[in-house]
Amino acid sequence: MAQSEATAQHSVVHHPALAHHFENLEQQREASTLGMWIFLITEIMFFGGLFLAYSIYRSWYPQVFAEASHHLDIVLGGINTVVLITSSLTMALAVYYSQVGNQRKLILFLVLTLLLGLTFLGIKVVEYSHKFHDGLIPGVHFRYDGPNPQQAQIFFWLYFAMTGLHALHMIIGAGILSFLIYFAWRGRYSPEYHSPVEVSGLYWHFVDIVWIFLFPLLYLVGFHVKG
Amino acid sequence: MSTAVIHTPAEGAAEPRTTYLNAGHTLKSWLLTLDHKRIGILYLLGVSFFFLIGGIYATLIRLELLTPQGDLVTAQTYNKLFTQHGIMMTFFFLIPSIPAVFGNFLLPIMIGAKDVAFPRLNLLSWYIYMTGALFASYAMFAGGVDTGWTFYPPYSTNYANTYVIATGLGIFIVGFSSILTGLNFIVTIHTMRAPGMTWYRLPLFVWAQYATSLIQVLGTPVLAITLLLVALERTVGVGIFDPRLGGDPVLFQHLFWFYSHPAVYIMVLPAMGVVSEIIATFSRKPIFGYKFVAFSSLAIAVFGFLVWGHHMFTSSQSVYAGMIFSLISYAVAIPSAIKVFNWTATMYRGSISYDSPMLYAMGFIGLFLIGGLTGLFLAALGLDVHVHDTYFVVAHFHYVMVGGSLLAYLGAMHYWWPKMTGRLYPEGWARFAALVVFVGFNLTFFPQFILGYLGMPRRYYTYVPEFQLLHVLSSVGASILAVGLILPAIYLLWSLKRGPIAPADPWMATGLEWRTSSPPPPENFERTPVVTWNAYEFRSKEETEVIGPMGKPDVSERK
Repeated sequence: MAQSEATAQHSVVHHPALAHHFENLEQQREASTLGMWIFLITEIMFFGGLFLAYSIYRSWYPQVFAEASHHLDIVLGGINTVVLITSSLTMALAVYYSQVGNQRKLILFLVLTLLLGLTFLGIKVVEYSHKFHDGLIPGVHFRYDGPNPQQAQIFFWLYFAMTGLHALHMIIGAGILSFLIYFAWRGRYSPEYHSPVEVSGLYWHFVDIVWIFLFPLLYLVGFHVKG
Repeated sequence: MSTAVIHTPAEGAAEPRTTYLNAGHTLKSWLLTLDHKRIGILYLLGVSFFFLIGGIYATLIRLELLTPQGDLVTAQTYNKLFTQHGIMMTFFFLIPSIPAVFGNFLLPIMIGAKDVAFPRLNLLSWYIYMTGALFASYAMFAGGVDTGWTFYPPYSTNYANTYVIATGLGIFIVGFSSILTGLNFIVTIHTMRAPGMTWYRLPLFVWAQYATSLIQVLGTPVLAITLLLVALERTVGVGIFDPRLGGDPVLFQHLFWFYSHPAVYIMVLPAMGVVSEIIATFSRKPIFGYKFVAFSSLAIAVFGFLVWGHHMFTSSQSVYAGMIFSLISYAVAIPSAIKVFNWTATMYRGSISYDSPMLYAMGFIGLFLIGGLTGLFLAALGLDVHVHDTYFVVAHFHYVMVGGSLLAYLGAMHYWWPKMTGRLYPEGWARFAALVVFVGFNLTFFPQFILGYLGMPRRYYTYVPEFQLLHVLSSVGASILAVGLILPAIYLLWSLKRGPIAPADPWMATGLEWRTSSPPPPENFERTPVVTWNAYEFRSKEETEVIGPMGKPDVSERK
């Protein structure tokens, strides 16, 4: 907007990343961080509906859920958990290097995070295709040999809905990371202005934490309740 | 010492100022605007359209109910009419109405900011609203939906042969615009306040918006996931809500009301904020018990999340759960009563002027009182079983939604019209319209209390002949109400061209929005205001004459 130059005159140094309606970068950073936290709260409520459904049906059909969870591939799920936790580490390091202004390492760790995220998604695709071949995709073609196939189908619905929604968040996260890598490569982030990296980091960690809950609830429930 | 004074009206008349309205004239300058005031106007156009659509549905409903037989429409059509009426009015008018129109326009100005924290997100939220509206409109024109606005399964998931998915998708999408607005407002209030604008100096409208935003942010995602599950259940047969597949339809009711009861407070809390502003201005007194009124908004928001089960007393919900929900529902009456008592105490020995916004605000207090107290009838576990799903419920929530929220919306429209448009409307007509609305409203909905108590169930298109008199009264009231709503549409539009030029502060009010010109410049203030006074610090009339309506009196100038 044309007015932005005129109104920003009272900020001592007009940083190019400072939007016209903020007084200074500190205020801008505070706003974007708080905004991301509130967004993550809405995400918790969004996932919360599915977690509530999971809790209810698991408490109604504990044996069926335990039995059905044995059909999930615990090795692939475990590898994915390690992959995601590692990606959280690399993301945290990326945020650190954006704060200290080390552009080379910032890009390196953003790329590593992206690669780990894509690895997770790749393994997820393998898992989904296994389920497809086993006929465990709920719906008309659902085939399940154990007892109570209908209730097991609810388990698999929840499995696909929850991991699917999580994977969607991972895909969006990968998109965000690509943007960050591009802009980091263009040298846009500096110790004064790095809040995009920081708030994206918050988002990435949140998506990881959701998986930390999903993994035991879906993959390990069979070891808790004897099937 | 005030630093917020921008222009005196005389200056404004001498040379044309740049206002947010004449800052750009192209369609693009509106559709791609990042100015919160213009986005507020865009929302005003959107919600007005859907208010009209919802009103047309209401008209058809009241016409059908003139006679005991079903002679105007078929049962199937009638189901669609009340469903569409509820969906349009709730999701596309009432929920966005005050927050998205007046909140967008006023909140940044009231706290002395140049804009909301995330202007792009703000514009995006309007586009999301319009996209959702597009889906819902498609469903409406393709044939409508007949599940009731509550979408209860198994009817909505397995049996309804109408456009459930398109409508549900529309509401799903619109929900995100609500979330983004709430998120934006919370961050704006936290981080964008002008120097000296402490939390306890905020106008009560801002506190009410804050509480509303909390509900929008916490509740709406739950509705989103619920509607997503309904859509999945209809398309691919997820059994989450289907007892045949091991699911539970009551789970849907829990999830739905977890959002939709707090949504009632999304609709009424901003209205209460508006009423606080108007009552203070037209009583020329600071609001009695400012902190109590401020925190009662937060209390209502918090309690609002704990009472959803009172919609489910007749479902298979446990009786003990029902007792607790009933008790907490009673507790909501406490913060609500604090507000009503404090408004009354503010008016007590105030210098009251009966301008049209004040008439709406006073109407709000009376009608909200009736709506709120009948809410207690319904929160009583035993009585509710008798009046559940009758016209008593319909009358109750229309007293809160129409008598409360709509009256406050109209009050806000009149109160801030000079600020938004720079024009004054004809006050005589406005007072007359306010009275017509009040009379028409009561005639429409009071008979429905009696109907419901006598046993008339809601959502029926035929009824026994004994009920005809009350139904005719209600329909006559609805046509009076319609006149009362068409009148402002005419004279407000007329005032845009012909109305007298509005001064910066036509009401001698106190908020920061009155310390900038009407209509405000694109950046709201020429310099960031420094606030050294509390909300609702009124000047005496003599002082105003000495200093002029604009300025905050300097201590040294005071006699």
